[in-house]
Amino acid sequence: MSRPQEQAARPVVDLAARRRQQARRRQVSVQLLRLAVAVIVLGGWELGARSGVIDKFFWSQPSDIATTLWHWVKDGTDLGPLWDQVLTTLEETVGGFVVGSILGVVLGVILGRNRLLSDVMGPYIKAANAIPRVVVGALFAISLGLDIRSKIATAAVLVFFVVFFNAFQGVREVDRNLVANARILGADGRRLTTEVIIPSALSWIIASLHTSFGLALVGAVVGELFGATAGVGELIYSAKNNFDAAGVFAGMALLAAMALVAEALITALEDRLIRWRPPVATETRI
Amino acid sequence: MTPAIELRGVTKRFLTPSGGVYTALRDLHMTVDPGEFCAVVGPTGCGKSTTLGLISGLEPPSEGEVEVLGKPVNGIADGIGYVFQSDAVFPWKTVLENVAAGPRYRGASNRDARERARDWISRVGLSGFEDRYPYQLSGGMRKRVALAQSLINGPRILLMDEPFSALDVQTRSLMENELLGLWSASSASVVFITHDLEEAISLGDRVFVMTAGPGTMKSNYKIDLPRPRNVAEIRFQPHFAEIYEEIWKDLRDEVLVSYERQKRGAA
Ligand SMILES: Nc1ncnc2c1ncn2[C@@H]1O[C@H](COP(=O)(O)OP(=O)(O)OP(=O)(O)O)[C@@H](O)[C@H]1O
Ligand SMILES: [Mg+2]
Repeated sequence: MSRPQEQAARPVVDLAARRRQQARRRQVSVQLLRLAVAVIVLGGWELGARSGVIDKFFWSQPSDIATTLWHWVKDGTDLGPLWDQVLTTLEETVGGFVVGSILGVVLGVILGRNRLLSDVMGPYIKAANAIPRVVVGALFAISLGLDIRSKIATAAVLVFFVVFFNAFQGVREVDRNLVANARILGADGRRLTTEVIIPSALSWIIASLHTSFGLALVGAVVGELFGATAGVGELIYSAKNNFDAAGVFAGMALLAAMALVAEALITALEDRLIRWRPPVATETRI
Repeated sequence: MTPAIELRGVTKRFLTPSGGVYTALRDLHMTVDPGEFCAVVGPTGCGKSTTLGLISGLEPPSEGEVEVLGKPVNGIADGIGYVFQSDAVFPWKTVLENVAAGPRYRGASNRDARERARDWISRVGLSGFEDRYPYQLSGGMRKRVALAQSLINGPRILLMDEPFSALDVQTRSLMENELLGLWSASSASVVFITHDLEEAISLGDRVFVMTAGPGTMKSNYKIDLPRPRNVAEIRFQPHFAEIYEEIWKDLRDEVLVSYERQKRGAA
């Protein structure tokens, strides 16, 4: 008599187990395919360079790049120990990122909350946003000198606009029902901002942080190009002056690694801050 | 005796996106006595939610006067609870934080607010769900959070906009009974919007019928069914059927007008 019951129960268990197994298998095949892409691209590049299809002088080759990186790690760069260069660029990037994000959030929230102010300031902000912003790096190099401040300022400007527009939009998109509810429950203006407006804008703001760290890196490197004595950007710049393509690529690889680590940190921050959101399928995340 | 709520000759107009003017309410009169449970029925789009918006002080009237607890409404008055038609619990707060929000905004200490919130959470039957986020709750559970969130402030005026319309029949009559229990233990006046006439009669001391938009009060009926009531049973009383028939005759015309209008609008 117990047979039918067993039969009814089994498919459910099997299904869950099979799903898990499928997910694991998929995970493994994704990793393998990723590796395959890297092997094909780097291998093709290396082969192309060795066989002469790709001009080594301009495009270098992966083995040279790896050698350069290893050389930098072991013996240091022309500018000093590699770690110092990375740290310098990191300081500039993080500095610009923090300053730009804070300014962006604060001004975005203020203008988002104040219609008159946003109507007045709107055209100016749009105009400022339309200027190719990396050129301010030149301005800061003159006005702030060649030390870290001009790089932080350049990075901050790039970050600011992205974060600002997202924060502004996030504030504008706040569900009016939630605002009404909070007011009925007794929230004053300050509470409304901290308990409804900012949390609600947070998903917009954090989404912008993903892009803006990359931009901060751009700002720091551009700042270094306008004149610096240390940093990964300066490393690339001096490699370029020596027609050292491998050095340029090695510098790029360092920047990419820094961006990836930062991306992982921001994602972790996002998961902590926006715990209240239904989890998104991790597979859709790149 | 000053009425708990009084609307005199209230008109509300909205600007439409195309630049026109839409009259949602026209010359509306309504009086709610202290401690009275009023139900409001009317066809969809007739201005029921708009009326609550005016009473709560979230929106000013275009014409006419709104008085709550004897004072003209000017901004959000104290002592008002409002359960919104659409979900309005804060998605980034847990159940506990949501319910504790009101007391905290009103100056209670964090500890005190949480303690009171726990009490209310158990009263609406959500013990054990304190640390969940709204997305982890069912629609009915979210409504209960909204209810606890409003009631914890001990409102003297409770505005409810179709709070139970998304619930299944059983849960709904459980919550209706629950609400009647909570209400009779308080001295609050209630304005309860519904499009379900049965619900209106079984809960209310008085039922207001609104006309098709632009809305105004068509009639109001005193419901002389005895209290305490059990909403699951009261609808089988013969007297209930009589009242129902009488009000439905009134309401049906308005529903038909509204329906015809929408059909023509869509065509
Ligand atoms: N902010 C607004 N701007 C323009 N028109 C509005 C606005 N709010 C409501 N209206 C209009 O006013 C009318 C009444 O709206 P209301 O929400 O009060 O209806 P209701 O009776 O609550 O309907 P339902 O039963 O469907 O909830 C509707 O025709 C609606 O389109
Ligand atoms: Mg409504």
